[in-house]
This record gives sequence, C-alpha cells and structure tokens, in this order.
Amino acid sequence: MGLQLTVTVNGKQHSQEVEPRTLLVHYLRDVLRLTGTHIGCDTSNCGACTVLMNGKAVKSCTLLALQAEGAEITTIEGLAQNGELHPLQEGFKENHGLQCGFCTPGMIMTSVQLLDDNPNPSEAEIRHGLEGNYCRCTGYHNIVKSIQYAADAMRKEGTNV
Amino acid sequence: MSSFIGKSIKRVEDKRFITGKGRYTDDIVLPGMVYAQIVRSPYAHAKIVSIDKSSVESMEGVVAVYTGQDVAESGVGGVPAGWQVDFKNGDTMKEPPHPLLVADKARYMGDAVAVVIAESRELAKDAADLLEVEYDELDAVVDAAKAVEEGVPLVHDDAPKNMCFDWEIGDKTATDAAMASAHHITTLDFVNQRVIPNAIEPRAVIGHFDPANDKYTLYTSSQNPHLIRLLLCAFVLGLPEHKVRVVSPDVGGGFGSKIFHYAEEALMIWCSQRLGIPIKWIAERSESFMTDAHGRDHVSKAEMGFDAEGNVVGLRIKTFANLGAYLSTFAPAVPTYLHGTLLQGLYTTPAIHLDLVGSFTHTTPVDAYRGAGRPEATYLLERLMDTAALEMGVDPAELRFKNFIPPFDGVNEPGYQTQVALQYDSGNYAPVLQRALEMVGYEDFRAEQAAAREQGRYLGIGFSTYIEACGIAPSAVVGSLGARAGLYESAQVRVQPTGKVSVYTGSHSHGQGHETTFAQVVADRLGIDIADVEIVHGDSESVAFGMGTYGSRSLAVGGSAIVKSVDKVLEKGAKIAAHLLEAAEDDLEYANGSWTVKGTDKSVGFGDVSLTAYVPHNYPEGLEPGMDFSSFYDPTNFTYPFGAHIAIVEIDTDTGKVTLKRFIACDDVGNVINPMIVDGQIHGGIAQGVGQAMFEGAIYDENGQLTNGSYMDYTMPRADDLPSFEIDRTVTPCPHNPLGVKGAGEAGTIGSTPAVVNAVMDALSPLGIKDITMPLTSERVWKAMQG
Amino acid sequence: MVPTNFSYHRPSTVSEAVQLLASHGDEAKVLAGGHSLLPSMKLRLNSPDHLIDLSALSDLKNISESNGNIVIGAMCTHAQIAGNALVNQHLAMMAQTGGMIGDIQVRNMGTIGGSIAHADPAADWPASLLAAEATIVVQGSAGQRSIAATDFFQGLYETALNDGELITEIHVPIPAAGTSSAYEKFLQPASRFAIVGCAVMITQSGGTCTDVRVAFTGVSDMAFRDANVEGAMTGKAATADSIASAASQAANGVDILSDHFASEEYRKHLASVYARRALTTAVG
Repeated sequence: MGLQLTVTVNGKQHSQEVEPRTLLVHYLRDVLRLTGTHIGCDTSNCGACTVLMNGKAVKSCTLLALQAEGAEITTIEGLAQNGELHPLQEGFKENHGLQCGFCTPGMIMTSVQLLDDNPNPSEAEIRHGLEGNYCRCTGYHNIVKSIQYAADAMRKEGTNV
Repeated sequence: MSSFIGKSIKRVEDKRFITGKGRYTDDIVLPGMVYAQIVRSPYAHAKIVSIDKSSVESMEGVVAVYTGQDVAESGVGGVPAGWQVDFKNGDTMKEPPHPLLVADKARYMGDAVAVVIAESRELAKDAADLLEVEYDELDAVVDAAKAVEEGVPLVHDDAPKNMCFDWEIGDKTATDAAMASAHHITTLDFVNQRVIPNAIEPRAVIGHFDPANDKYTLYTSSQNPHLIRLLLCAFVLGLPEHKVRVVSPDVGGGFGSKIFHYAEEALMIWCSQRLGIPIKWIAERSESFMTDAHGRDHVSKAEMGFDAEGNVVGLRIKTFANLGAYLSTFAPAVPTYLHGTLLQGLYTTPAIHLDLVGSFTHTTPVDAYRGAGRPEATYLLERLMDTAALEMGVDPAELRFKNFIPPFDGVNEPGYQTQVALQYDSGNYAPVLQRALEMVGYEDFRAEQAAAREQGRYLGIGFSTYIEACGIAPSAVVGSLGARAGLYESAQVRVQPTGKVSVYTGSHSHGQGHETTFAQVVADRLGIDIADVEIVHGDSESVAFGMGTYGSRSLAVGGSAIVKSVDKVLEKGAKIAAHLLEAAEDDLEYANGSWTVKGTDKSVGFGDVSLTAYVPHNYPEGLEPGMDFSSFYDPTNFTYPFGAHIAIVEIDTDTGKVTLKRFIACDDVGNVINPMIVDGQIHGGIAQGVGQAMFEGAIYDENGQLTNGSYMDYTMPRADDLPSFEIDRTVTPCPHNPLGVKGAGEAGTIGSTPAVVNAVMDALSPLGIKDITMPLTSERVWKAMQG
Repeated sequence: MVPTNFSYHRPSTVSEAVQLLASHGDEAKVLAGGHSLLPSMKLRLNSPDHLIDLSALSDLKNISESNGNIVIGAMCTHAQIAGNALVNQHLAMMAQTGGMIGDIQVRNMGTIGGSIAHADPAADWPASLLAAEATIVVQGSAGQRSIAATDFFQGLYETALNDGELITEIHVPIPAAGTSSAYEKFLQPASRFAIVGCAVMITQSGGTCTDVRVAFTGVSDMAFRDANVEGAMTGKAATADSIASAASQAANGVDILSDHFASEEYRKHLASVYARRALTTAVG
C-alpha cells in the first residue's frame, strides 16, 4: 500500500514509504515530527501550512507528500542557519509581527519568497504578497513592518558581501 | 524607578514561535493515542431516526463508535451555562439540556450525533463517512425576532416561543417621557450580524484517562483551562477534581471562542474513560465554522432623542438577541450585562431603556466574541450619533463633544454613575477625540472630501467614541447578576533559593504576550532582571486556580494578583533583610533589588535574602523558611477603557467597493506596561472590527444551512484589505487596581466597526443614504447607490 | 481533512499517462497541480480510486514559440506563465491572468492544464484563452487532436475532453502587430476567484479597432465571448465614449449566475464595468 518517497527536508534526505493519500503537511508533522508547519483550514486559503518546495512557497495541505518526490523542502524549522535566525524571523520578533504564533510559520515562509522575488517591496506589494495568508491577531500592521525590517536587513547584508 | 514598565520589551515567547517550536494541542502525540471524528448533523433541525453502528464498528482500525444514546445511558448530563439571567417577571431563564452527543434531535447544522474512534485520523474519517444515520428533517427557524413569533418551530419543547429570557434595564417611564418631549428623534433599525470568530488554530482536544492511576488529563485549545476543569468535574462528568489535569498549551488565537466549555472536551474524556487510552480530536475548519460559538447576532430598533441644543435626552432600544440552539457558557450574559449596561456610552444621556429578548434558534450557539456585547452597544450608540448629526445638520465630532461626560479621576472625584447600573472608574473623554481629530487632520480632510465630490469621487469620514467595561468583577457583584463563577484571579510567586522567580498565573496567554508583560511587572517591582522571571500558565497541575483570559481582564485582574503576591515576597524579604542587616524594618528601603539601611551603604540583595529564606541558619525567630506566596485578587469594580476611532473610506462608484484608506485610533487603556504589545492588541482588534463592518457575516438560509461555512465563502480581512493603522493613546489610570491598568484586548474591535460604517454613510450622504446593513459588501453599497 | 484512499501512478511519459487513463477509465483522475482536485478530494466531494500524477512529465512544463504560436505546456504553473518573457511580450492579458489567480502559493502549484480541464465557471484562464483564440491540444489513446477554446468550454465543469484524453499543450497565436490585451477581474473576496473576469484583445489599425475580442469568466456557467461588445467596438476608434457604449452591452442575453456575493443584476452590471476597464487598459 505504501509507496517509496525520497525527499530532502531542511537539508536532510529522508526516504520511507508513505500512504499515497498522505498530504505533505501530514508527512512533515506526523512522520518527521516537524510540527512548526500548521493546519488552519481545509480549503487552501489560510496559508498556515506554507513551506518552500524547491525555493517556492507552496501550501503543504494541498500537496500529496508523493508530489514532493525528489524535491527540496524547507520548513520554518530549517530557516535559521547555524543558530542564526533568518532576517525574517528576526524581523517578526523585533516588530511584534506575531501574537498567537499559529499563522507565523506560514507568514514567514511566504515572505521568504516574497523577498526573494522582490528585495525592495513597497508596503502595497508586501500586502498584496500576503494575499494567501490569514492572520487573525495582528491586523497585519506589524507583519508588514516585520517584512520591511527583514528586507532592509537583507539588502544591507547583500551590500556588505 | 521603573526599568521595565512602560517599555516595549520584545516578547520572550516569540523565539519558540518563529522557529516552529510552539507546542499547540495538535503537536502533542501521546503513546497509544487514537483519533476521533465526530459525525454531525447536516440538517439544522431533524429527528434522529436511527444510527447503524454495526457496519462501521467492524471496520479495520475502528476502535469504538458512540452515539447520543450511549452517552445518555451512561447517565451523563449536558454542558451547563455559566450565567443565569431571569425573565422580567422573575422566572428563571430556560436552560434546556446541551448533551455531549444528541440522541433525539439535531438542533443546528453541525450538532454532534456520534463519534467514531479509530487508530488513525484517516481511518476515523473514513469510518465516520460511512456511518449510517437516518434523519427526519424538520422545519427550522434561524432569525432571532422571528423565533418568538407564534407558530414557528420550537428548538426545545420546554422553551415556549423559543424564549430563553426577556430582560430589561434602565427606566422605562423616564425614557418614554424623555422621548415624548424630545425635539428630534433619530431612529434606526439595526442588524448586528452574526460573525464567526475563526481563530486560525482550530479547536483541538486530547482526552486521556489513565486507569493505572485513576488520573484524567485533558489537553484543550482553551482560554480558560481551570474553569473547564471545574465545569467538567462539578457539572458534566462528576470527576474527582484532584484527579483531573487540564492543560491549555500554546493556543492559536481565541477571541472569545475558546473561553467556553465545549462538549468535545467532556466527550473525549468520556470516551477515554471507556477505552483507557488517549484520544485526539482536531476540528476541521468546516467544523470550526459550524461549532465554535458565534458572535453578535442582534436585531434592534433604536431611538435616540435630542433637545433643541443637541443634548441627548433619551435612548430607547428594543433588541432580539440570537442565542443559537443551546446556551453556551457565557451566552446569557453577553446581550444583557455586557451590552445593556454599556448603553450610557460616553454621554450624559439622562434616560435609557433597553428591552431585550434572548431567543433560541436552529443555529450554532452564540456567545462572547471579542468585545462581547460591548461592540453591539457601541454600534447602536455610534451609528445613532453620526446619523443624528447628519439629520440635525451638526458636525458629528461637535455633537459628541457636547454630550461627553465631564472628566473625573475616580479618586478626588467620584466615579460616574450611569443610568444602566455601572459606575465608571475614571474618565477624560474629550482628549481622545481631540487627539484623533488632530491625527486625521479633520479640516483638511473635509476640504479634500469636498474637492473629491466635485470630481465624482466619494470619500467619507466616520467617528466612533466608545467605552467598554473590562476586567469583569467583583465576584459578589457578578454573582448577584447571575454568574455561576467568581471572577477573581490567582497568582503564585515562587522565589527560588537563588533569587530566580517563577510566577504561576491563572490568566492564559494565547497571543497577548503575558510571558513578557507579567514578567515586566514582576521584574520591575522586585528590581531584578526580566530574564530572572518565568511566567507559567495554562496547566492546572502547576497553577493553583485561574479564571482564564477574556474580557480584557488579564493584566487588570491577573496582573493585580501577581502584584499582591510580589508584595508579600517583599514584605517577608524585608523581615529577613532587617535581620541580616541588624536593623529595624522601618529603617530599610528597597530599591534596585536590594534592601538598604536608609542613609547608610549597608545593604543586602534580593538573591541573598532569597537564599537565606531557604537556608535559614541566620534567620529571624519565628519566621517560616521559604519564599512562596499565593494571592487571589478580586477587584472592586470593572475597568473602563475608552477611545475615539476615525475611519476614512473611499467608495468605488462603479462597483460599490469600499476601500479603507486610513484608520486612526486614540485609545485610553489606563497605564501601559508594554506599549508594543498594547499597540499590537489595538491593531488586531481594529482588523476584526473592520472585518465585521466590511466583510464578515454568517449566512444561514431559511432551512438553517450555514451557506458560507468555509474560507472559500466567509470573507475575513487580508493584508491587502487594510491600511497601516495610525494609533496613539491618552492615559487615565484606573483608580482601583495597583497597576492602574484597564485592559486593551477588545478596544480595537469595539471602537472600529461603527467608525467604518459611519464613514461609508458619510461618503454616501449626498445620495441620501442613511444606513446599509453590515457587512458593507460591494453589492450592498452599490445597490444602495442605485436608490 | 484527508482524501479517501487511492492508487497512485506517476507516469514518466504522456503515452504512459494516456495508457493509465485508458485502463482505469472513470475510476481515475488526473493530478496536475492539484489545486482544484486535492481540495475536493479532502472534502470528499471527489474520491477517485486511481490518481495519475503528471508531475514527472517535464515535456509539459515548457513555454516556447512555434509556427506563430506561443506553446504553453499543460503543466506550466500560473506563476510560470505570469513571469514568462515571451508571454509578457506578446500577451499581456495572459501574464496578467496568471498573476491574478489565487495567491502566490496557489500560482506556484496550480497549472493551466489542470485549471481548464476542471472548467470552474469562476476560473480565470478560460476568458483569456477565448479572447486569445487559443487551441487546446489533447492526447488520448486514439491520438492527438486540437480543440478551439470556443469549443472546449461546454458548461459548468464541462469540457470537450473525451474520456481518456489529457490536455498536453495550449497553443496561443501570437497576435498581429497593433494588438494589445488586458485582463481585469473583480475578485470574490473570500476565495479570490473571479466574480467577473474580462479578457480583451484589440487590434487597431489606422485609428480604428479592426479586431476586437472580449471574453468573460465568472459571469455565466461557462466562459463566453461577448459578440455584442465586440461588434460595438469593431470599426470604431477606441475612445472613452465608444468603450463605455460598447461595454454597456456586456453580457446581454446571457444566463447570469447569482450567489451571495453577486446577484444576477449586480453581476451583469459588473460585467459592463469590467468590460470598460479591460478595454480601457488594453488600449491604454
């Protein structure tokens, strides 16, 4: 019944059998126990389950785990490098970009691609870029600031290199 | 000499959330755990004719199937209401049973009829889909006002006319007289529509009975773990409370919807009692839509009378409040004591009367949702104010200034006694509106608006000045009003031998940042580093007792309990310090974490005193060792935050689409411990209030089908629907709690909704449009514009 | 929320996919990006016994130019099309459409082939493909055939695809010089599908509109070309007045959808508004 899945998650390759109907989000949460990726809806709207697949933000509740065969997945747990928070993680902390924290991993992972596509976004571009993620706590005000903070930090980092 | 209070300390809880290490209920996996799927009625009103368990029970991986019959046969009653409101004639409200699973009839779409437990989530879902339930569908009633008409279907046979209670507040005779003599009366018919809370973490429960130790553990995504334990033990399952542990770990938002004791909590424990293994139930989003207690849902006729000078002389309101199919925990209190008592608003209105009926309908139970009753009251008052200003041709800001209650600090001047039972603690209302007007640039805006109208563009400005009652208390008062629980808070401050401090609070943080704010309070008062303070909450095993978090009460009530315990620590510490310094206690002063003999350099630090308390070799005679204090704080009054909100909108005349261009808020929540966190609470509150004004609303069809119960159909504000908010505050300290704080959790939601609607009406005023029912969807606005 | 069980197949060639489809018939569903299918499977509105995942068919993931057409592989994602240089150069409307679907995450996974095979009446692509006079190339066990977009969409969730056929490519003719295009959409605020989506392609010559194509999605149970609006614009100079006059005829004589976001009356009105906006943007 199970089929073989080989996938790299946060830089580490995993290979095991999964039931075909296993969603990527359940694979991450239940099999790999990476519970930072959350489930907030049934209809691919809330964005709490957002992870990166080959560098692109995707909703892991709307992918079979088997669709990630051979892919590189990054979850919120894999974002910090060598104990250093990613500028977006830093930005959310510095700007009170989270309250209950439930939407936060999805927000941050979506924002990774947002800044990847557009390193110097306007406020309107940031707001538009978050159209696939619901937050019920912050009114988005500080999330926008958090992303602006990260964009500034990343541009400065880039200049320094 | 405050080092932490008043500073925007970054939150200590953030680290786990931004690294994916939060621990929510669904993240918990217990050994041998199985999974529950609840089978729910697809009909709003239906007889349950039969349930055939046999086909499903034999499926591989299915552990058990239980129905309402099984629960009833076990002798378990239902989930109780936590507040009793009596009829005008003194009769007790109707409180029909609310069983864990229904056996006879389903009374709303989503009512639980059976539970299927299986070895995996997938198998539980598969089996639940196959369970055969035969229903006999019946007619339904969904509208609060229609529910009490003759001849409509009854939700409960023992609640005639579907009335739970009728109720009034204020002076009817005086109000009728005032209205009769009024120079101008503004009348509006309102629907304050039903909204669905939608915390992004769906409700989640793990029930575990461990037969080896006769111990019960409930993990639940709740704002209120101790109260749930009390209800579970004393009312629902009759469990021994000392054998029951309730844990609310990280909780992904609540907004009121997770205050209440839900049937699933008791049901998972009940099932686990039978199976002896842990059982997990996680709501699907569609279940959250159907079964999380909804908010608002009032139908009202409201009249506000003015004299010739524009002074409000009377306010008369008739309201039908929809309670849904069963009474949720605080449901009866919301339209009554949290709504009727707020109708004074910020105004000197001398005569007020509210006549209200709470009715049962074939819909999801309705209970407190962010603001709870106070947004409904504010909506009535503030819509009436702006409408009256328009009708009388006066400026809406000026009309408010004219009617504001004059300032009083609650110390030198007494609190303000309202016409509707409450006594406001302290208030200075004109400055918040003054400041908001400055922020918005009122005169410039009116000029811009006039110029825009010349070009056929419709800009509008809307005002809302609100007051709320928070920190619900004191226990004796709420008890006299029908509360079946006290409304104090507990706190334990345990100083460890090395001077590190663990604080156990009965408040529950699910986004509010207690782990930071409370630590600021403690560190400041003790003069120690904030890193030396740990806030523990959400586990009945570690925290003695708690009343949970709702009604913007945590800091005002929970924080005050912490202060009480900290003060006991300092009191005992002074005795030990005096002994060590060989000085009289009166000669000591405490600052920056040390006791010093006044006028000398002789001092001893908090750490040394703490160590001495636990290693009491050189120690005051007769003093107990240790440094660990518990307190319960029961306030003497509610707190009364207030503020002024202003919205600016533009209407797309082609489509009716409303764009919120600016939102200005000047709030007064008393003293502020962490401005960053308070600002965040205001932001989030505004977004939810704007959501009700512009986007949200449950839609039931006449058969009681919730037709927009998914994110594909229920609209909530997204990032690109909102502007950045412009906020400021004034500070009028609360005179009756030690921190001078009033609470900030609901202010944004209460103030913002009418500001947005008023702005749209202001924009459309050249067309003679006075009211549009919320939410102000594009189509509704467009239709109104067509005349 | 999990789908029911199914057997999973990941063919590595189109012909293998077609064979699988032939052998499993009605019991099989094709998984492209999965952003319509998987949600419906999770809600158990759809419970196929076999799922044929096309993700390994890398031949269907390219966008290229061939014989005066832009050839878009059926497995191209919305984001890929929105960002493609060739599409942006010749068919602004198509790039705009791809960029307006769902949200960034949906655009990264959802595919044009999957979307049009599903034929949701509120989906964005059909309007643009009608206006572009695209051709849909499908492959079945009987071989390959091409279906004009106008023939492809046949009703609510209904297409001209026969059992066992798979969409492989979409051929979009590169427009003549002097042609410009635009897609404008009034969002359903919750789902972000189109309440009204209007795609316009206009060729102007000597100051008049010589070829005008206007197509709507979201308005009726299937996307359609609006001959009234097209006729009213053709031969006219594109001015604010001519556009407004043509747009006012939008969606005449069409059965118009109604739901709690937009009644029939409002939707028809929006069709006019969005026709005007798309025409204005296109000629802008």
